[in-house]
Amino acid sequence: MTTRREFLVLAAASLAAPTAAKAQLDPNLAAKRKAAYEEALGKVVGGARVRAGRVKLQLPPLIDNGNSVPLSVAVESPMTAADHVKAIHVLTQRNPLPDVVSVHLGSRAGRAGISTRVRLADTQTVVAIAELSDGTFWSDSAEVVVTLSACLEEGLI
Amino acid sequence: MARAVVTVPAQAKRGEIIEIKTLAAHAMETGFRRTQLGELIPRDIIRRFTCTYNGVEVYRVDLHPAVAANPLIAFTTTATETGTLSFQWVGDNGYSVTEIAAIRVE
Repeated sequence: MTTRREFLVLAAASLAAPTAAKAQLDPNLAAKRKAAYEEALGKVVGGARVRAGRVKLQLPPLIDNGNSVPLSVAVESPMTAADHVKAIHVLTQRNPLPDVVSVHLGSRAGRAGISTRVRLADTQTVVAIAELSDGTFWSDSAEVVVTLSACLEEGLI
Repeated sequence: MARAVVTVPAQAKRGEIIEIKTLAAHAMETGFRRTQLGELIPRDIIRRFTCTYNGVEVYRVDLHPAVAANPLIAFTTTATETGTLSFQWVGDNGYSVTEIAAIRVE
């Protein structure tokens, strides 16, 4: 016997289902995420050349649970008033939003770095970019394999 | 309930690099999840974390939905003078928490 309350919940769910299904079947999702990543990267570096090196991005290569992934970034720098790291940005290529964290620091930080925990939606490449006080950009990337994704509802490809 | 924990050494030598760990209790709702009925759960995250040392900003982080729930932020700063370190988390829906830690520098 279906109560009136159960019936209403089912009816509402069946009405809402088509929108959810549409969100999962977006054929351009991969292209859109790539474009979003390129845009976020452009905002960070503004067309400057990004060189590999000086930055060390640490992530476990195999991730069981994408909801909480330990991530740490360390940048080689003397951290003096004349030569220090101004900002560290962490970007992902296949999360619903490319930005993860942006750190703003100065010579008083002593060491340039951050440790935190992030969400990863998919097997992908994570990129850390450091902006130095002399205007140069340095980066490191890490390939990760995610078995259980964060935000499963988001229709992954 | 807004709650946060910070770990700061009680004392340090002048010029020493000290490690600071902070943890804020927050669900960091991404705004991408749906309920069983298919409705989007609105975004509710911490947007910004700031650390000030005797009133001078020394470290700031902009957070995005990709930061895990109960955001942990561990970083370093140089112990320059005796005083207070103030930590502030600001987020959606008027979320704001401030924690203060004292440090003695010799």
